[in-house]
Amino acid sequence: MPEDSSSNPALPRLQIKGVSKRFGPTVALDGVSLEVAAGEIHALIGENGAGKSTLMKVLSGAHRPDAGSLTLDGQPFEPSDPLHARNCGVAMIYQELNLAPDLSVEENILLGREPATLGWISHGERRRLAKRALEEIGQPQMTLDTPIRALTIAQQQLVEIARALVGEPRVLIMDEPTSSLTQVDTENLFGVIERMSQRGVSVIYISHFLEECQRVASRYTVLRDGRSVGTGAMAEASLEQIIQLMVGREIDEIYPRTSRAVGEPVLELSGVAGLAKPSCVNLTLRAGEIVGVFGLVGAGRTETLRAVFGLDRLAKGSVTVFSREETHSTPAKRLANGVGLLSENRKEEGLLLNRSIADNLTLTRLGAVSRLGLVSDSAQAAASGKWMAKLDVKALGAAQPVGELSGGNQQKIALGRLLHHDARILLLDEPTRGIDVGSKAQIYRLMNELAGQGKAVFFVSSYLPELLGVCDRIGVMCRGELSKVRSVDDWSEQEIIRTAVGQAEPREAAA
Amino acid sequence: MNFLRLGSRDFLKAVRPFVGLFVVLTLFAIVMDGEISSKFFSGRTFKTILAQTVIVAIGAMGMTLVIVSGGIDLSAGSVVALCSVVTAKLIVLGHGFVPSLNSAISAEWTSGLVMYLLQVICFIVFAVLTGGLVGMASGGIITAFRMMPFIVTLGMMGIARGITKWVAKNVSVTPEEPLESINRLMDISQSPKTFFPLPDGVWLTLGLAVVMAVVLRSTVFGRYVFAIGSNEDTARLCGIRVNLNKVVIYTLAGAFFGLAGLMQFSRLTQGDPSVAIGLELKIIAAVVIGGASLSGGVGSIPGSVIGAFMMACLDSGSIMIGWPNYVQEIIIGVVIILAVGMDKVEPFIQRLFKRQSSSN
Repeated sequence: MPEDSSSNPALPRLQIKGVSKRFGPTVALDGVSLEVAAGEIHALIGENGAGKSTLMKVLSGAHRPDAGSLTLDGQPFEPSDPLHARNCGVAMIYQELNLAPDLSVEENILLGREPATLGWISHGERRRLAKRALEEIGQPQMTLDTPIRALTIAQQQLVEIARALVGEPRVLIMDEPTSSLTQVDTENLFGVIERMSQRGVSVIYISHFLEECQRVASRYTVLRDGRSVGTGAMAEASLEQIIQLMVGREIDEIYPRTSRAVGEPVLELSGVAGLAKPSCVNLTLRAGEIVGVFGLVGAGRTETLRAVFGLDRLAKGSVTVFSREETHSTPAKRLANGVGLLSENRKEEGLLLNRSIADNLTLTRLGAVSRLGLVSDSAQAAASGKWMAKLDVKALGAAQPVGELSGGNQQKIALGRLLHHDARILLLDEPTRGIDVGSKAQIYRLMNELAGQGKAVFFVSSYLPELLGVCDRIGVMCRGELSKVRSVDDWSEQEIIRTAVGQAEPREAAA
Repeated sequence: MNFLRLGSRDFLKAVRPFVGLFVVLTLFAIVMDGEISSKFFSGRTFKTILAQTVIVAIGAMGMTLVIVSGGIDLSAGSVVALCSVVTAKLIVLGHGFVPSLNSAISAEWTSGLVMYLLQVICFIVFAVLTGGLVGMASGGIITAFRMMPFIVTLGMMGIARGITKWVAKNVSVTPEEPLESINRLMDISQSPKTFFPLPDGVWLTLGLAVVMAVVLRSTVFGRYVFAIGSNEDTARLCGIRVNLNKVVIYTLAGAFFGLAGLMQFSRLTQGDPSVAIGLELKIIAAVVIGGASLSGGVGSIPGSVIGAFMMACLDSGSIMIGWPNYVQEIIIGVVIILAVGMDKVEPFIQRLFKRQSSSN
């Protein structure tokens, strides 16, 4: 790990001074300043498009700043490319993990840094280095020969951190490290981060989850529109203050809740079980209500939605849609019955990234924008324009490929498809994952509005505050089983988490 | 304003094959000296080039469907050979049964036309059915067993070639009495000196290109093809019956290869079981030059047809200049790489321009 004897403790580990970066007419960074001390965990907060990723790319050498200076331990730091930055001690862990899935843990940890003498890779040395890196992050039990493919996302992330540690970094930058982790894995990760911080590694922690930033970071900087608009000690700032800094306006209500008229049951699951997961799900979803399902990653929530939607085979149980039992189905039939699914994975499953916004919005109901069997471009553009305005999508136009949009806008397009389809039962799998606070608030508002219109929303999430804020009733999933679905007011946060980790106390005793 | 900018970007992409063709022709105009040039840029040469384009162009229409849907069909060349041999065999079998066109024409003009159309349609149906059957088999195996299209169609390439040789008993099948209607499809010898009249096969190809361009661009099925090629999981999520559509796509592609086989027969006026070896690669090249991506979700019928035409131009032009065969092969190779490389080069050029304009 870094030897701190050489560095002067009075100097900040990393100092960013007045860094600006323009891309043509757009100003991505406009005089950003930031200071991180040795061993400090610094949260970098901002909406999508605030300039976080550009700043990261400047730090990693992918972009060169137009103005401003960077210093690392008092020395000027001008990385020419990511490898150079890494050699200078600035390592980066991206949101999308960068591991070779078929190689082993050991090979991945040492990828690009194989210890070699005259091109000959020394086996013993490799194992020693990889082992040490795993010990550093407190995971000595991880087996070196397991292929990455066989690991959970959380474990993969730990491997990625171990890999960064082999380079003995002075600054470690983590982009949304917890976006696909469960609470338990997140806690685990925080342990690793704190351990690194104690060893003198500075960590820049980028996340949309403000509670997490509060939990792990000692200081924070908020970026908005390419400027640093606020910085300070985490302990002295309230969540509300930070959110205000981020959006630049007051969010009085993130979770709106207008009165809803709950109607007839529209979706009834009884004893639903998939081939592997879930093992038993009983649930009744009524028109005009939002039912949330909380659980850890791997609890079987996504699998439940997929089985209900007809994407995966159902092993047992029955599914009743609009009072008609139709247990085994296909996505086409479900869509025809007004059931829509929003995938948790918008990049890999949810969207056609290289196709236009218009195609993505209208794909499930092209008939509505066709004349004489031919899809009308103008009708498609008009329908898309309507949904883009309604969802406040920021894009060049309906013809822009979805892949060029920011995460929040992509998610709005994926949701917009369900609106264009006029789905009456919406199965939403992690609809707010990895998107900015502003877009999240818009999605909550939309869900509230849909429920108000008498639509039924099945809301799966790993983020407890939003479930508590939005849902009428909540169920908790643990190892493939769904708990009793109870009104939001009947649950306490602790109780939900205890149930999720399989430590639920008997209801009678708790009451 | 923004919408316009986006439109122009799409427009640039769509016209790229046409620009490529223009560049090729311009280069020929520069390289050729006066005599060869006037011989090359003449109605009769272009008529020949068009006739030569027909087989690859029809094949490319089917291949475009497959490639846009994210697949590949390597059996194209073998299916072309199979269908040309099947056509030859049918003509041999039908000898004496199928009335001669000449007698009908001499009897009355209208009945001659009716007879001609009937015969052509009849043989098209047979060729298309044969090809479609092979395509359906490929598509069925690919979807039922979730196998790689590359492997399945590689196997199908061998199977179809083997069946062709078996049916033909390993020799060329030459009908004793030629069937004028079919032979006329690709015949350019009737008025060799002028551009018009074009052989009927060329008109058929042009008509099909228009229909298929609309089918791929503007029908629901066409959008589904793009959706499947862009992301199969998303297509499934959106209720598209991916397997069914894939079988339809491969069947249609096979039908196009079958039609190309009929044209192949018409061009040679015999069914040669060893014809069209390696044709699939030419067809794939045409599709790729036309702007399609082998990873799926991108491509267009006009682009592919222009790609086929461009390759025929390169062929003819090189021959006229007197370049040896190997030079042609090198040139076509370079064109393929350039056509695909443009995708990577364009952003780079754009950035250069941007840098200049921002420094000004």
